[in-house]
Parts: sequence; C-alpha cells; structure tokens
Amino acid sequence: MSVKESLNVEAPQLSAPTSTEKKSCSQSAVSFDTKVNYDRFLDCIHCGLCTATCPTYVELGNENDGPRGRIHLMRAVTDERVELSPQIRQHLDLCLDCRACETACPSGVKYGEIIEPFRSALAEKDRNDGKKLDLFHRLILFKLFPSAKLTRLSLIPARIAQSIKLDQWFLNSPLKKLLPKKILALTEMLPPLGANLPSLPTHLPAKGKQRAKVALFTGCVADAVFRSTHWATARVLQENGCEVVVPKNQTCCGAIHVHSGQEDQARPYLEANLTAFEDPSIDAIIVNVAGCGAMLKEYHHHFKETTDQKRLKTFMSKVKDVHEFLDELGVIPPKGRIEATATYHDACHLRHAQQIAAAPRNLLNQIPGLKLIPLPESELCCGAAGTYNLTQPEMANRLGVRKIENVKRTDAELLLAANAGCLLQLHKVAKQQHLNSWIGHPIDLLDLSYQQKQPKL
Amino acid sequence: METLSQTSSLPLLEAKFTELLGKDRVLTSPSERLVYECDGFTLEKNIPDLVVLPETTEEVVAIVKLCNEYQVPFLPRGAGTSLAGGCFPFDGGVMIVLTRMKKIIELQVRDRYAVVQPGVINSALTRALQGTGYHYAPDPSSQIACTIGGNVATNSGGPHTLKYGVTVNHILGLEIVLHDGSILELGGPTGEQFGPDLISVFVGSEGTFGICTKVWVRLTPDPEARKTVLAVFDDMDNATEAISEIIGQGIIPAAMEMMDQGITQAVEEAFHFGFPTDAKAVVIIEIDGLQAGLQEQQDAILKICQDFGAREVRHAQTEAERLQIWQARKKAFGAIGRLSSSFCTQDGVVPRTKLPEMLRQVAAVSEKYGLRIVNVFHAGDGNIHPILLFDERDEEQVRQVLEASDEILETCLDLGGTVTGEHGIGIEKLSFMPRMFTETDLAVMKNVKEVFNPSQLLSPKKKLPSEDIKELKRLKPGRHAPH
Repeated sequence: MSVKESLNVEAPQLSAPTSTEKKSCSQSAVSFDTKVNYDRFLDCIHCGLCTATCPTYVELGNENDGPRGRIHLMRAVTDERVELSPQIRQHLDLCLDCRACETACPSGVKYGEIIEPFRSALAEKDRNDGKKLDLFHRLILFKLFPSAKLTRLSLIPARIAQSIKLDQWFLNSPLKKLLPKKILALTEMLPPLGANLPSLPTHLPAKGKQRAKVALFTGCVADAVFRSTHWATARVLQENGCEVVVPKNQTCCGAIHVHSGQEDQARPYLEANLTAFEDPSIDAIIVNVAGCGAMLKEYHHHFKETTDQKRLKTFMSKVKDVHEFLDELGVIPPKGRIEATATYHDACHLRHAQQIAAAPRNLLNQIPGLKLIPLPESELCCGAAGTYNLTQPEMANRLGVRKIENVKRTDAELLLAANAGCLLQLHKVAKQQHLNSWIGHPIDLLDLSYQQKQPKL
Repeated sequence: METLSQTSSLPLLEAKFTELLGKDRVLTSPSERLVYECDGFTLEKNIPDLVVLPETTEEVVAIVKLCNEYQVPFLPRGAGTSLAGGCFPFDGGVMIVLTRMKKIIELQVRDRYAVVQPGVINSALTRALQGTGYHYAPDPSSQIACTIGGNVATNSGGPHTLKYGVTVNHILGLEIVLHDGSILELGGPTGEQFGPDLISVFVGSEGTFGICTKVWVRLTPDPEARKTVLAVFDDMDNATEAISEIIGQGIIPAAMEMMDQGITQAVEEAFHFGFPTDAKAVVIIEIDGLQAGLQEQQDAILKICQDFGAREVRHAQTEAERLQIWQARKKAFGAIGRLSSSFCTQDGVVPRTKLPEMLRQVAAVSEKYGLRIVNVFHAGDGNIHPILLFDERDEEQVRQVLEASDEILETCLDLGGTVTGEHGIGIEKLSFMPRMFTETDLAVMKNVKEVFNPSQLLSPKKKLPSEDIKELKRLKPGRHAPH
C-alpha cells in the first residue's frame, strides 16, 4: 500500500476536479510562472510565522485563508500540482492584500509581488475564457472612481440628501432594498460630505522661510470625498515652510485596476502622472492616502518593461507619504491645544506596504493637549482594503466590527486613520456599531491645531 | 490498516462531520486539503483525507468518537509551525485543526493562572496580560504564530527558558480528549497535588497520547528590572568558555544567546545593527529579577567576559537599545534567507562545557563537505542550531547537507547530548530514536504509548520509530524555519 500514491494530488483518480473545476481550468492556459517571478515562491520557507498576522486567518483559522497557505496554493497551481479550483479562487479572492504578512515575515517574502501578478494572470485567464467583468467593475470601479470629477458629480445627489437628512430616512426605509447591493454598500459608506469645497489652486506659497517645494498628489476618490483633507494637507505643508504645487493634469494612481489584476488599464494613469509631476524643481511628491502612496512607490513592480525606467525612478524617488515627509523634515509644532483622547489605526498600505508606523504618531504627539491611546490590534486591517469592502462585504464587515470593538476599548474621543478607504470603512461601521467618535485623518487634526480650532465632537 | 481513502467510509464520515460542524468547517475538496500536507517541515508531504475545524471540546469528542466508529486514523494540528513534521499525517485520515479553539477562558492574575483553549497563540496570551504585571514565560521564537496547544504537545522552549523553564514547568492542568473520545482532566488551578505527575507524561507527547482541549497555565510575574549585555569575542572557544563560567559561578541569566561570525555578518548585511563583522562570536546575555543585586550580577558577568578575552563588552543603556539587540537575535534567521536560497537548521544539545568541542566539530564538518555553516543558538543550555547553507537545485550539495547534518547530530550524541533541543521528534528525528535510546528505553515508551493510545488510531507512527519509517526516504533537506 502506498499512502502517497493513493493521496497525491497528482494522482488523477482521486484528485479529479469536479466538472465545474475542470471546465474552468481547461478553457485557457495562462502560464502563471510567466507572471509570477518563481524566485518569490522560493523565498518562503513555510515557517508559518505570518499566519497570526493575517486578518482572514485570524477570523477563520483556515490555513487556506492565511498567507502561507495562499502561497502554497499559488505555487501548487503554478507547478500544475493542483487544478485551479473555484475553492482556490475563493481563498485567493478573500485575501485583502493588506501585506501584514510582509511585516511579520523574517525571510523577507514579498507577498504582494506574488499575489498581485497572480491575480493579474487570473484576470488574463478570465479574459481569454471570454468572461466579462461585471458592470460594477467596468463602470463604477474602473470608469467612475478613477475620475475625481465624475465621482464628485455622482455625489451631488448624496450631498443634497445629506444636507436635508434625506439619506438617513432613505437608509432606514424599505426603499433601500431597491438599490443594487454594491451601490447600497457605497451609499452606506459615505461619510458626512461637508461643504462643497473648491478644488485646490495650482500654487500655494510657503509660510515663513521656505524649506522645500512639494507637489501634492490628489488622486481620485479621495479628491471627491475627502477634499477637505487635501486642503488641510496643503495648509499644514505651508505652515511647515513648503511651497505647494498641485499639478492639474495628474490623475488616479491606478491601484484600483492593478489590485483587480487589470494592469494594462492602469498604464495610461501611470504615464499621465509621470508627466504631471515631471518638474525637476519639485523636492517631493506628497501623498496623504496610504493606498495611493504605496502604489506610486511601487510603480516599478507593475511596469517593469513598459515605460522609461529612468523617468520612473526619478518619479518614485520623490514620492513621500505626508507623515513621513513632515517627520523627516522636522515638523514645526502646532500651538492650538486639543484636549482630547485619540487613537490611531495603522492603515495597511502605510504600516505594511510602506513600513511607516512611527511618523504619524510622532506628528500627533506634537499636538498640545492630545492624549494618544494605543489601539489594540492597530495593525490588523479594518476590512476596507481598497475596494474589498465592496467585493467581499461579509469579511469586510467582520473585520470592521472587530476594529470598532477595539476602538471602543480605548474610550478615545477621536479615531484617526491615514487612508481614504479606511476612513470610509470606519465611518460606516462606526455608525452601524453606534460609536460616536470623531473620525478623521491625522493631518486634519494637525491642521485644526495649527488653526487653533477644535474637532467637532 | 487500510487508509481512509481506500475504504468506502469516506463519504459517510464526511456527511456525519458536515452534520456536526456545518459545511465551512469540514474541508473535503483536494484543493483545500492540500495546504495541510505539511507544516514547517516540508521534506515530507501527505494530504489528509479530511480536515475538520472544531470550536469546542464537545465537538472534538464527537469527532474522535466518529473516527473510532469508522476506524480511521486521526491527529491534531495547531498553527503548523513544527520544524520536525509534528503535524505530518502518516496515513492520511482525519486532521483535527484546533486553530478555531482560541478563546482565553479565564485570566486569574491574583491566583496566578490562566485557562485557555489550545488554539490560543502564545504571544496573544502575553499580550492579553500586558499591564497586569504578569506574563506567560515560555517564549519560543515562533511565539507570534504558534499555539499553546502546540507548545504543550512539543514541550516548547525559547530563549528565556534558560531561567524560567520550558512549557512543562508552566502547565498546571490539562483537559484531554483521549483516543476513544473520553475526557481526562489532570490538575487544575492549583496543579496536580498528589499521585504520579501525569501532566509531565502528557506534555511533549506530540499528539500521540490525546488531544488537549483546555490548558491551565501558570503566570509568571514580570521581572522588576532587566539588564542586557553584549560581549564581543575574537575567539569562539573563549566565548563558549565564558558562557560556562557564568553558569559555573552560580549566575542564571534569563537568556544567553550566541551568534558566530557568519550569522553576525548576515545580520549586518540585512539590517545594519552596527555589530562588529570581524569578530568571531557575539554573545547576548540578559539578566533579570529584583533591582537589588542586579548591578552586582552584571559587573560579575562583565568581569568574566573580560577575563576570557572579550575584546568589547557593552550593555544596553536604554530599553530601546535592549529591544534592538533582541531584534537582531530574533531576526537572525530572516537574514539567512537573504544570504542563501536554501538552508537547513539542525537542533541538537550538548552539555554546556562541551560547546567548544562541538563547535570545533561543526567547523570541521563544514570544511570536510565544503559547506558553509553558520551558528546562532541558545548557548546557555547548550542547544545548538547549526545552519547549513546550500543550493537546493544542486543534487550533490543536497546529499552532502544530509550527510553533514547526520554527522553533526551523531557528534551531539557522542558528546553526551541529544538530537533535539526543542523542535521535537515529529517524523524528522524518528530514525535517530534507536541511536539515542536503548531497547529497554524504547520498550517502556512504547508501553506507555499503548496505555494512552491502544488502537494506534491517534497520530499513528509518530514519535516512536516503527517499521514504517523506512518508507520515508529523505531526498533533500528541508528549508527550515526560524524558531
């Protein structure tokens, strides 16, 4: 008797995929090893130290839903040891790409460089199979969101509804069931939109002695929903002796497409941004959204052969997260006292993708009167993960609730996070869980302190 | 015995499990069971026939009873961080994954104990105790991922077990689901008060005596003060002699770790901690306890190091400096991953005073086979971890690594030591058991195993050698993980 022979997945009689599995595999052959650099698989020594930092593993306890398991699955598919089954896809789709596993990994495995190209190969396979993306992806994720202008326009009804409190009435009424699920999720996620601010001017002078000239990256959804944070960022930079320019022809970073495995569609955005920020007199390109910052800093992974590498390198070397930049520059302490307790949630794309943890806390500690309380599990994803809360609502909500429960434990009056996606998710789940903390970006709070104002609790 | 996949009971069992646990907690498809084919030991792979994820003791009982009813083998698994194949399913069968049993049931700081389910992660318990003045002492380097249940199964150690003792010294009570599904409770909040110490018999039995479903652990007061010393030596022998002398003078440091030149260079290359790369050995010594008397201990340690020719001795001035030193130690294995695409860590123990000789032997093996071997290890208790660097695509080198590993472990035995310090026997060290123990030793162990596990359905063929281990042909060394 050979246990191995009878159980090995290579043995067709036992591991024969179900009819649906077979169908999904046989229609097209996309070679996964041409997409994923195989050496990245070999970096993983299978120690499992990453598992407990993975949000989906923490929730489900299933090896298939942890980083080591997912790498095992992707490698097995690449090696053709196992067929790409619907179950495997489901486990891979459930990954938030939060990259907490990269922070935990002692061997320096670059998980993002495995799952992102792998997803791209999956998308390519779907295209070859003639599978069309759903309307939501095609129209809303890939067309509407990347355009700040269109997103702002689409928000006009919501803005009006919010101003007369019609939104609350609507979301509490049975009428809400008329909306498609994902649109409803989007509606529920909208934070208070506030006054309709004008877009930033292209040029803002430094206050006092000029210390640097910076360009502000404004992105897409962030500019539509959190324009007030862009204004706050510009003011804080000015306060710190920075001349701020806001190039008009800049655009979405392309992360929405890349994370859905649609790199080709992201390329025009990259080119537009390379051109928009080409001015050699700019010392730094400042980003206040963690997700965009991570994408801009990693353009080279996604566009290895497809663009002028020298130009790309110059661009990437200038990209700085706003907290990182101010902390390195040496922030001029604000004077306005804010007597409140606050807690800070680590956005995955800041903490894990960019490895920035201390800078935002250092800046917040400069605000006189503010008491920063450590957030339990601050490094665990809140479930936003780009568009994950729209594509995997159940897991997103579990993680959101877990996050808000942890926030409640701190009793903090202010909840801070440095990413548009996190802020949207935190607003939504806080409302659902009856948490009344003020929720905002660390730079919003810093700006209030410079302006001698208070957050409206 | 027929394997489960060869019998017709598989669909029946699957249906019963699904009825018991629901669909999400029974993994049946081959593509979902694949990830359970190995743990941190990747040399051998075998896919279990079914994987179940219970959440309560009652569910474990029901699962075990069903396995008995259908006469199929079964075994428990925690986080799967074993470096010796502790979770390897020899005959396939049912794998009972305990990672969803992760409740901290009770924290009793005043009575100094905690009650946890087996799937609680080691560091999660210590995190939950933060601010209470207590912690859970055993700290295996995999503590951010490994489970308390797994620690019980393998009697885990860690850098600080030099002073505080290994897992068995911290277990007050156990709830165990036995081979037939009955529940045995040993000890409790106050430990085992009388009779034979069955807790110690169970701890370290690597899942062959039963499945622990609840653990009462002892809590240890946080030390009032700590001091961390870094000593740099130009000679390996001097470094190891100094270590023996420190213990010899009656000082029991909380931890005493050593890194040789190879590993120091690797750490520097990867992380730039500012370690001297030309030194032959760096020793990290941590002492803790009451503030009073600690300075005297540190002075004594500094003097011993200087007497043994340390070229530089520094101590951490701040907590940040202390953490940085420990980070360097704990990240050492990560640095190796950056030096070489493949590596294999061995886990052997020799009496402390034999360390100089042991390390000379390791160097000789390195030269004999032309293999690069670096060392980072728990010097305080003589637990060595030579790391053999190689290229897994080079078959000849792979063969040499296997031979060199065996030679190193043989030397450990020759010097009066053992072939595992903390990783366990699993399947990796099965073939060494007859070399480490006499026939009588093994016969007694077998008898004890048969008391707990008469049907041999529970974790079959593990821990003790049997005829079947000859089936395992080691083809290439595993790329072992940090621990």
